[in-house]
Order: sequence, then C-alpha cells, then structure tokens
Amino acid sequence: MTDPLIRTRDLAKVYRVGDNDIHALAGVSVDIARGESLAVMGPSGSGKSTFMNLLGCLDHPTSGEYLLGGQRVSELAGDALAATRNRNIGFVFQNFNLLARTSALENVELPLVYAGVAAQERRARALEMLERVGLAARAGHLPQQLSGGQQQRVAIARALVTRPVMLLADEPTGALDSRTSLEIMALFQGLNRQGITLLVVTHEADVARFARRVLRFLDGKVIADQANAAPADAQRLLEIEAAVAA
Amino acid sequence: MSLGALLKVALRALAVNKLRSVLTMLGIIIGVAAVIVMVAVGAGAQARVEEQIRALGSNLLLILSGARTQSGVRLGVGSNYTLSEDDAIAISREIPDALAAPALRGGAQVIWGNANWATQIYGTTPDYLTVRQWPLAAGRSFEPQEMTGAGKVCLVGQTVVRQLFGNTDPIGQLIRIKRVPFTVVGVLENKGQSMMGTDQGDIVVLPIATARSRVLGTANLAKQRAVSTIWVKVADGADTKVIEEQVRQLLRQRHRLQAGAEDDFSLRNLAEVMAAQEASSRVLALLLAAVASVSLVVGGIGIMNIMLVSVTERTREIGLRMALGARTRDILGQFLVEAVTLSLIGGLAGVALGAGAALGIAQLAGWRIALSPVAVVLAVAFAFAIGVFFGYYPARKAARLNPVEALRFE
Repeated sequence: MTDPLIRTRDLAKVYRVGDNDIHALAGVSVDIARGESLAVMGPSGSGKSTFMNLLGCLDHPTSGEYLLGGQRVSELAGDALAATRNRNIGFVFQNFNLLARTSALENVELPLVYAGVAAQERRARALEMLERVGLAARAGHLPQQLSGGQQQRVAIARALVTRPVMLLADEPTGALDSRTSLEIMALFQGLNRQGITLLVVTHEADVARFARRVLRFLDGKVIADQANAAPADAQRLLEIEAAVAA
Repeated sequence: MSLGALLKVALRALAVNKLRSVLTMLGIIIGVAAVIVMVAVGAGAQARVEEQIRALGSNLLLILSGARTQSGVRLGVGSNYTLSEDDAIAISREIPDALAAPALRGGAQVIWGNANWATQIYGTTPDYLTVRQWPLAAGRSFEPQEMTGAGKVCLVGQTVVRQLFGNTDPIGQLIRIKRVPFTVVGVLENKGQSMMGTDQGDIVVLPIATARSRVLGTANLAKQRAVSTIWVKVADGADTKVIEEQVRQLLRQRHRLQAGAEDDFSLRNLAEVMAAQEASSRVLALLLAAVASVSLVVGGIGIMNIMLVSVTERTREIGLRMALGARTRDILGQFLVEAVTLSLIGGLAGVALGAGAALGIAQLAGWRIALSPVAVVLAVAFAFAIGVFFGYYPARKAARLNPVEALRFE
C-alpha cells in the first residue's frame, strides 16, 4: 500500500486551564488515504474540533506526530505552516467566513493572493472555481447579497482554488436548511468522486451517512472507526425529492 | 502580499468606518497643520527680524547724548547735547575700523506748493548714508561745499515723496521747511519699517550745518557744534566689541571724564540687540514647532487606539486569513499599512489645512509667514513615522494571534 495522505501517531493536545491539564486529544493514531471521504463525529468536547485543527495545521500538537503527504508537519512552525495550509488544505466553515463588503470573486481569489499568484491568473482560476460550484454568474455579488447556500458555495470555491489535496469542512451544513444542506453535500460528494480527500466534522448522523468512513470521538480518543459500505447519494436524494414534489 | 494589494485592503477597511477613520486622522491632521502653521509663523517672524537687521545696516553702534541733571532732577538720555560733530570726526580719524556720522534730529512741517507734511528732519553728513547702507533711489548726495557752506539742499525719503509730490519727479523741486527753501537733490531708497515699527521713509535729510542753523538749532547749539546722535559703522571683519570699547575710551578722553565717572553718553551696539532678538525669535519658532509636534504624538496615540479596536473587531477575519495561508508578515503588513495610510492621508490633509491656515493668518492678521518646504516634508515624514511607530504594536498583536482562537472569536 502507498503512503497514506494523513498519518497521525499518538497525536495529543493538552490545554492548561488554571491548575488543570485538559487532555483535549489523548493520543490519536489514524491513517487516511487519498480520496477518502470521512465524517468525524462526536459530542462537543470530544476532541473532534481539536483533531481537525491539528489536521488543518492551525495548531501544534503537544506530543505525537502528524505526517501530511509524507511530510512531518508537526515539526513545522509559523510561515512554513501557513504555506502548508495555503497549498494543501481547503477550509470550509459552518458560518462560511466570507469577507464582508468583498465580492464573491475576490473572496475566492484570497488564498491565491497569499500564494503570490499574479492578478490575471488569480482572476481566471477564481472564476473557474466559481463556475465549478455553479456561481459564475454571481462573481461580482457581495456576500450579503447571496443566500446561505450560495455563500457556502463561494466558500467551497475558495477552499478549492489552490487545488488542495483535502477539504476540511467544520459543520458545513450547520447554518443551512435541509434542502440546501443536501445540495452542499451533493457538491462535496461530486468533488470527492473527482479525487479530493474530504473530511467533514459533524454531530449530525444525517450528514455522516454520506461519508464512506466514520470516526467517532469521545473524551479525546477515537472510540470507533467504521467503514460505511453504502453511503447515501445526496444527488439521488435531491432527484427523488424533486420527483416527489412534481 | 504586494504593497498595492495591501493598500487596497487598507483603503477598503478604512472606508468601512469612514467617520471613525476621519476622526482618527483628525489628530494627525491637526498636529501636522499646527506644525506647518507654527513653523510658518515662526520663520516669518525670523525673516522679518533678519530683514530689519539688513535694513538697519550691520555692525552699527549708536551713540546718544547723555543725561543732564537739573536741580537734582536727572533727565533721560538725550536731554543734554554732550556730543559734538567733532566727536564724530575724531572717531572716524582715530579709529581706522570705524566710520562715524553725526546727526541732529527734529521734526518740522514741510511744504511744497499747496501740499504740506509733518516729517522727521535729519541733519547729518553724506557718511550717514554709507553708515546706514542706505542708497539713493535717484539724484545725488551732498557736495562738500554744501556741507561746509550750509547749502540749502535736501534728500527726501519715499514717504515724503508720496505725501508731498505724488507723481511729480521731486528732483530739483523747491520745498520749504520753516520758511527756508530747500532744493531736493536726491531721493532715498525705500527701507521699510524700523525695528520699532516707525516708517524710515518718512524723513528729510539736510546737511548738518544747515539743519542746525536754519531748521532745528539754536545759537547755543551752533556754538558747540552739538549733535544728538552719532552713528558708527564698524568695518566688516572688525570686532564690534573691540571698536565699541575704543569709541568709549576715545569719547571719555575727549569729554575729559575722570576714571570712575559715569559716561556722559550712551553707547549701544545695535547688531547685538538685533542678534539677541533674532535668537529669541528662533527659539520661539522652535518652541512653537515642538508644542505642535506634541499634538502629532497625541494623534499617533489615537491611531494606535483605533488600530487596537480594529484588530479586536476583525479577529475572525485575521483567523480566516491565517487559515487561508496568510503568513505573519502578511497580517503585520496589512495592519501596518492601514495605520500608515491613516497617518499619511492625515499628514497630507494636514499640510493642506496648515498651508491654508498659514495663508489665512497672513491675509487676516497681516502677519509675515514663510511656508517652509522643509517643514512640509518633515511633517509628512513625521506623520509617516508615527503611523509606523503607533501602528506596529497593534499590527504585531494581530499577527501573533492564534488562528484557532481567532477563528472561534465571537
């Protein structure tokens, strides 16, 4: 078997609050292959968010190691970590986190600005991504002129624009209604089919059923690592809904 | 991120809170404007003093007749004619580096045709023009025979020309002073105001002997060849202090004063008085600029305050930018450029306001001002430096945020 995209060994994170050590993550060893689609579940405080922050190179582990594409990321710091985030990871957040008063196109361009891509190429690539999420016609719109679902699509386009190896989505449908959630999940599944590795943090079983693998966290540990042989197909569910409505 | 991109982000961020941005800039605007105005006013005052020194003539000593004591009452300087024309001749002769011009001063009504004007009458020698460095605008000075023979000729100042002759060429005209007719042979050049603010062009100059016998004097004066004032010009390069002492000793000797007796004349070193005044006006200008720059610093603190608020408000944005790959220097640069943009725009607006205010003051109050390009450049550079200095701390605070906490910030 080839090297996994992600390999963690005894990954741990300890926060110090007053005199108490809080073991947010107490030794997690997981391998994730390229092209997997993974749901990370668990109640709040279970360590799933900490795990995602570490995988997203937003935080340093207290101990243990983390290899991303064979590179020992746990030893990187500062700007090298920022560059890794920029190149390899696309973030999607629950509340979209688009820059206000900034057009959809410019929001999508932002990671390329930090990657040092020239303005013209930036524009072309950002437009291409907006087209991929079906929002090319709204490139000039400001976030407040877009619906929640559209804003999340812009955020997904932004996450994809640097051509990362994986998408980290933190409760991506938490702020959306069920139908829009389904649309977003369909978009994710389509991207995953095209080869991108997908990690979705959620506490909703409804969302997790679209993943082919489910990691369950409790008290900073992985308590279950299950394969889902028959994940739901969001696109089909949408078509069925449409047929029922008609 | 390129500087252009940073600038665009900064301008957009500042445009979001327009009122707040303008209010923040106001500190810098007022500070820079104050510096510009104060320097302009200070430099104007200094230029005026310098001009007065030039107008007076450099290296001048002024000797005034001494005080007279009458029945125990001591009258002031000039109350007694203790100086004579011969004193002036002796000074010029005995001290090679000194040129002395005696003068007798008074006032009289001057009449030409049906116009008349009250002016200052100055009886002196042609040396007076050399001593005062006062050239003629037209005509000639007195001839030697006019000096010895009490010739009825005169030189007139610009104000007198204006008041008496209007547009007529005064050269060759006959004017009457105390019923004595005088021929105008020369016109003095404009010398502006004196240090005390009197109009130096309001003058008619006569040969000293004529003035004494025909216009100002009495028989007693004539006998003593008395004068009220002696102007002494010290040659360029000579030490004014040394010459001053030589003149003092010469006069004491000529007046036969005992050692320890008070001088019966008053000797003033005008250059020294003026230099002191110039120095004090320079100190004043510096002081004004220093006070004004305090307001610049206060403006800088205002910028720091608002930048700290801005960093806190935009914590989530900073976290997001970090997640998307912004490096420490990108965030640092973003907020630093924002602070510097505030201070620079404020600085430029301050220059405009300051220049306008200075010109307004010049117009309304009639003060002399001198807009200094150096002050403008320095004020803007100082505003820039303040933006960097006071923007650095908030920017560093932003750049050091932990991305996880920043993203979670509510």
